[in-house]
Amino acid sequence: MAGTLNMTDRRRLAMLLTPAYLWLLIAVFLPLAAMLFFSFLTKMPQDGPDWAITLDNYSAFLTNPTYGTLLIKSLQLGMIVSVICVIIGYPCALVLAKSIKGRAREALFLMVILPFWSNSLVRIFSWAIVLRGNGVLELTLNAVLPFDLNLNLMFTTHAVVIGLVHSYLPYVILTSYLALQAIDDDLIDAARSMGASKLTILRRLLLPLSLPGLLAGVVLVFVPVVGSFMEPRILGGRMGTYYGTLIEDQFVAVYNWPLGAALSFILLAVVLVILAVASPVLKGART
Amino acid sequence: MKITLIAAATLTLGALTAQADEIRVLNWQGYGTDLNWATDAFAQSTGHTVVHEYFNSEQEMLTKLRTNPGAYDVVMINAVFTPQAIEEGLIAPIDVTTLANYSGIPAAFANDPKLVNDGAVYGVPWTWGLTSFAINTQAFDSAPASIQALWDPVHAGRISIRDDALEAMQIGALATGQDINDITDLDAVTAKLAELMPQLRTFWSSENDWNQYMAAGEMDAATYWSGSAARSAAMGLPVQFVVPEEGAIGWLDGLSIPATSRHTEAASLFIDWMIDPAFYVQWDAEGAPASANADAAAALPDDAFNKVVLGDPSIMERVHFQDATSPETREQYLQIWQTLKAAQ
Repeated sequence: MAGTLNMTDRRRLAMLLTPAYLWLLIAVFLPLAAMLFFSFLTKMPQDGPDWAITLDNYSAFLTNPTYGTLLIKSLQLGMIVSVICVIIGYPCALVLAKSIKGRAREALFLMVILPFWSNSLVRIFSWAIVLRGNGVLELTLNAVLPFDLNLNLMFTTHAVVIGLVHSYLPYVILTSYLALQAIDDDLIDAARSMGASKLTILRRLLLPLSLPGLLAGVVLVFVPVVGSFMEPRILGGRMGTYYGTLIEDQFVAVYNWPLGAALSFILLAVVLVILAVASPVLKGART
Repeated sequence: MKITLIAAATLTLGALTAQADEIRVLNWQGYGTDLNWATDAFAQSTGHTVVHEYFNSEQEMLTKLRTNPGAYDVVMINAVFTPQAIEEGLIAPIDVTTLANYSGIPAAFANDPKLVNDGAVYGVPWTWGLTSFAINTQAFDSAPASIQALWDPVHAGRISIRDDALEAMQIGALATGQDINDITDLDAVTAKLAELMPQLRTFWSSENDWNQYMAAGEMDAATYWSGSAARSAAMGLPVQFVVPEEGAIGWLDGLSIPATSRHTEAASLFIDWMIDPAFYVQWDAEGAPASANADAAAALPDDAFNKVVLGDPSIMERVHFQDATSPETREQYLQIWQTLKAAQ
């Protein structure tokens, strides 16, 4: 169609698209380009006139095994959190989309979205209050259970996973819900009329048809969790050192922006590679 | 008394400055210079108003001095970083003869080679304190004599240290009997810290963190700063600051005037007010680090922590003051520290 556009159409198209591209340029491309430039510097230009272009920040990732170890640790965290989010989130979405109707659905939907309306830092601090020794969770369980329980969850990897799952679960529920909602109920009735069991309907019908939504949710969870730093720092204690906290330290604590920027771009590259490798699966899900 | 003191200073110096200046102070937030009553009193007696800007790390402070010439008139610099600031020409010599309270500063601080270069004073010693550890008095029958208490298996999982490479390495140096300013056996310190890691409950990063963990009963003992320990104890927490037989890390904070300041006279007046005993006694009542001005320390009430503990000569003998650390050493310590943390 683009070939048949006449001059006025083209001018109108350019006028309509310019604000969007301008916005992308200013809000996305420029800051990223600046960071990419910083990542090749020996030190920040404002720290002295003797800065130079270097690849040292990137080679530091290869020569110091600590960075690689932490990246793998963060990728594992991303996978664990994504899997748990799917295990909890997909059934929730299924129930919301197919079993509950009317006011009850609206109320449940509100409860899913409600955490989004509060600041993420507030959510994490609330978890700290719940999980801490002698905290809300332990006191409640000890009041109910006949025996004394010492959970000691605070400052462990479990605490980090709990906090992250709670923060990112709504993404999986919302994307899966939208995909499941779009499946025609007549299809399910047809399958049922031909004798398919509930499990078969889920496995052969619902899961394949809602897979794009589910995978979109997984990507939305996995990518930010790999780079997360605030949740591990607050809930993880001495176990809370991840790739994200490493980058944060470079920017906030030791003021080594070039290294922090380089580590960020390595993370971006690794995540893009993972998504590229997974893209056949993502594409396959669409057909 | 404080008004008269400032008034006297104003008469001698302030007479030269006819107009009221606005001076800009660069410091950590909530660290003495930005107390409202103090800046109000200063404004009332000298006519100069004080505006603050804050930094979150020493590196940020240096960057702000480099990138904003003329923006600041007084800057608080940890003495460890003063030589670097002098070398880069960021701060100017101060005419200490104009500071009425400077005479109260003992020679050990006033002649500190980190603050004095070629006979010119670049930093006025302001406050000092100790980095050691504090205990939860409910978890110990009596205060431990040795820093090895942090490694005691009895307190496993109930110890905390600050997430700071230099501080961790220096604590490790004390525990392995090495000089904190010249760690020769880095492997011993690394191994010692690796043993400490499983003992840790978490890392703390701010005084507020520390108080919350202590109030929640999460810690038996944790590294801490002397002034902060006094504040926590004053808040009612069961906290006691310990200076072990291995010694404690001493730090000194100084006030300097940036080379590009356009209000040096007002800045000198403000620095003089900051080392004024009248200011310090009132600040100490709210919880302050030790004053570098001996006259100010002497003016404290006899039961003040900064007089009782830090005034004790037997404790002063055990203090190892920090020297300047080169960026290369810092980088090396950071790598060791990150590796230790990543191994968890």
